[in-house]
Amino acid sequence: MTDPLFWHRLQFGFTITYHYLFPQLTMGLALLIVVLKAVAMRTGKTEWSDAARFWIRIFGLNFALGVVTGVPMEFQFGTNWAAFSHRTGGVIGQTLAMEGIFAFFLESSFLALLVFGERRLGERLHFLAALALFAGSWLSGYFIIATNAFMQNPVGYEIAADGTFQVARLAEFVFNPWAIVEYLHNQMAAVVTGSFVMAAVGAFWMLRREHAGAARVSLATGVVAGLFASMLVASPTGHQQGRLVAATQPVTLAAMEGRFEGGPRASLAVIGQPNVPERKLDNPIQLPAILSWIAYGDFSANVRGLNEFPESDWPTNVELLYYSFHVMVGLGTIFIALMALAALQLARGKLDSSRWLLWMLAFAFPFPYIANTAGWMTAELGRQPWLVYGLMRTAEGASPTVHGGSALFTTLGFAGLYLVLGIVFLALVLREVSHGPRALGAAAH
Amino acid sequence: MEALWFALAAVMVAAYVVMDGFDFGAGALHLAVARSDRERRQVLAAIGPYWDGNEVWLLAAGGVLFLAFPKVLASGLSGFYLAIFLLLWVLILRGASIELRSHVTDGMWRSFWDGVFFLASALAPVLLGAALGNVLRGVPVRADGWFALPLWESFSPRGALGILDWYTVLCGVTALVAILHHGALFLAWKTDGEVRARSVRLAGVFFPALVALWLLATLATARLTPAIFRALGERPLAWLATVIFLAGLSASFVARKKGNDLAAFIGSSAFLLGVLAASAASVYPTWLESTLDPSFSLTATNSAAGAYSLRVGLYWWPVGFVLALVYFTILFRFHRGKAQAAAEGEGY
Repeated sequence: MTDPLFWHRLQFGFTITYHYLFPQLTMGLALLIVVLKAVAMRTGKTEWSDAARFWIRIFGLNFALGVVTGVPMEFQFGTNWAAFSHRTGGVIGQTLAMEGIFAFFLESSFLALLVFGERRLGERLHFLAALALFAGSWLSGYFIIATNAFMQNPVGYEIAADGTFQVARLAEFVFNPWAIVEYLHNQMAAVVTGSFVMAAVGAFWMLRREHAGAARVSLATGVVAGLFASMLVASPTGHQQGRLVAATQPVTLAAMEGRFEGGPRASLAVIGQPNVPERKLDNPIQLPAILSWIAYGDFSANVRGLNEFPESDWPTNVELLYYSFHVMVGLGTIFIALMALAALQLARGKLDSSRWLLWMLAFAFPFPYIANTAGWMTAELGRQPWLVYGLMRTAEGASPTVHGGSALFTTLGFAGLYLVLGIVFLALVLREVSHGPRALGAAAH
Repeated sequence: MEALWFALAAVMVAAYVVMDGFDFGAGALHLAVARSDRERRQVLAAIGPYWDGNEVWLLAAGGVLFLAFPKVLASGLSGFYLAIFLLLWVLILRGASIELRSHVTDGMWRSFWDGVFFLASALAPVLLGAALGNVLRGVPVRADGWFALPLWESFSPRGALGILDWYTVLCGVTALVAILHHGALFLAWKTDGEVRARSVRLAGVFFPALVALWLLATLATARLTPAIFRALGERPLAWLATVIFLAGLSASFVARKKGNDLAAFIGSSAFLLGVLAASAASVYPTWLESTLDPSFSLTATNSAAGAYSLRVGLYWWPVGFVLALVYFTILFRFHRGKAQAAAEGEGY
């Protein structure tokens, strides 16, 4: 446990997971707020502008937490992963610098105008501020995912004489096919979070017979967007992501499925526990040939097993990787079913009275957060034992002069600070939800 | 090419200090210049539109270092490990205090976050000033380009080195007073009534302290690192920067006396920009001077990214920089005039 690498990994994993609880909501909400504002402008209906105003307040609070927990992330590349930053800065420095100068300035400049400026700006300019936040937050997402994509599937680089990686073809690096697929998959998943939260609050108000207008608008917008986004997360984006993993990280695919023996007509595990010491999947319930089809579009394709790879190249935590992947896929499937049902009732005009369904929607909102987190854990645990896939191992990336005592100290510091912030944040969000939407210019509480 | 990126990084750092500096200063002063909740909200209204964007200059400066000088970023951030995290935690608490304060009108709630806002705003410039002190003093960079410094060791800049010693703490305190002066002049410009009057009065208190501390820090730097001063004398850019900061410092004094608040704030900005530009021009090409052996130092040439990286960065980076200037111009124009406390729910 005095190994600094362990604490570096734990700290980065914890701070990035915690941070990403906020952007996944704000990126999703940014799109939905643009929709709410657009409908409000078109129709002039106050329930749409009331709902937009409420969601902008929630957005602002989440955005602020996203900013303050995001600032450390950029620095932790250097503090905790100095060897990695030194070796790859010639490549990923490009996208990280782009994120700062193209995305962060745009978001931060117009945030206060969006959150506080509705009255002063007027309808059209306020809509533009919403667009600016949407563009900024989605751009930011792309640059950071392009950075991650280089770690997953390095392209467009060359290795210099001193062993560092240098960008050789900028466009090839920035438009890494992995980045495009991962981005679309991730953004759709963010919209799932945004729309489930919106639908949950709408359903909650509906069940309590409060704020009828904003409740109906939030519920309908959340359900419609939630259905589309849930489907798009699975297909085509999730499917394409799976095929990329199969093509570029076959050992990861084997670990995600707890597949030790390779062979054709590979089955997809629905339930089962990977038993790594005995190299088998315990208590399996499997769908025959489906994995072959998902990975290669052919039911009889051969899918390799972990036994075919040296153990030193296996992901370091096969069990957690397996569960992360299955939690993500399992929840994703449930999301489609739930939202399809809700959309059906909405179309029949019966959602308002389907109280059992409203109850489910009101309490389903934590699960997209779990699914998003599990998805990122799948990506990042699946990348192990590499920092840059096939080129640089995780153990080579840690800061050479930071000892375990320092790394543990800062890990504990983050744990304490984020615990306090999390409690305050939850209390404030619950307050806002119970208060509901405000009229323009109404005093706070 | 390396020289250009060195200059760009210096520009970004200087812009960060000037921009986030005024909201650090406002935060460190707000307990003194704003007594009632209404006055506190006036201070927050003055910096509210900008503070988040101002902080981005730090991230963008980090981005430039990452892109152009990855070894400097990696060695510096890991070498100053604990101090960096102190700064990050302070920035987290600061952002959180600004945002969370406004959500509840309760008096105790607001007092609590006001206190956090004050402490975090005062601590950040001390840490940043000490960082500059470390760069000027030098750090024990090894032959492999890495180093590690504890937070403190012997408190002497010539003995066993730590991040904090009397010299770097002097730099930190000087930075704090410079930022207090800067923030007071910003508030004088952007507020009115009692808050403005108190800010002007406090700027008058900070000014002589700043001049005295700055002279002291300059003398200490000259004794500790004479090479920097020789370079200062030989480089026209450094002379220009010196003229700018002396002119800025004088202007901030004269304009304040005349009641021209904007000119005084611009003078203070020129002072900060000039001091940092003069420092950058004198230390160039060295980023991190090694106290073990000068040949171990990390410089703009031995720690730069590849030539293609530097060249291709110049295709897109200026576009983003100009866009950022446009955003800030829009913000300052939109919020021109004196800031008033926002109605509850419509501002911080």
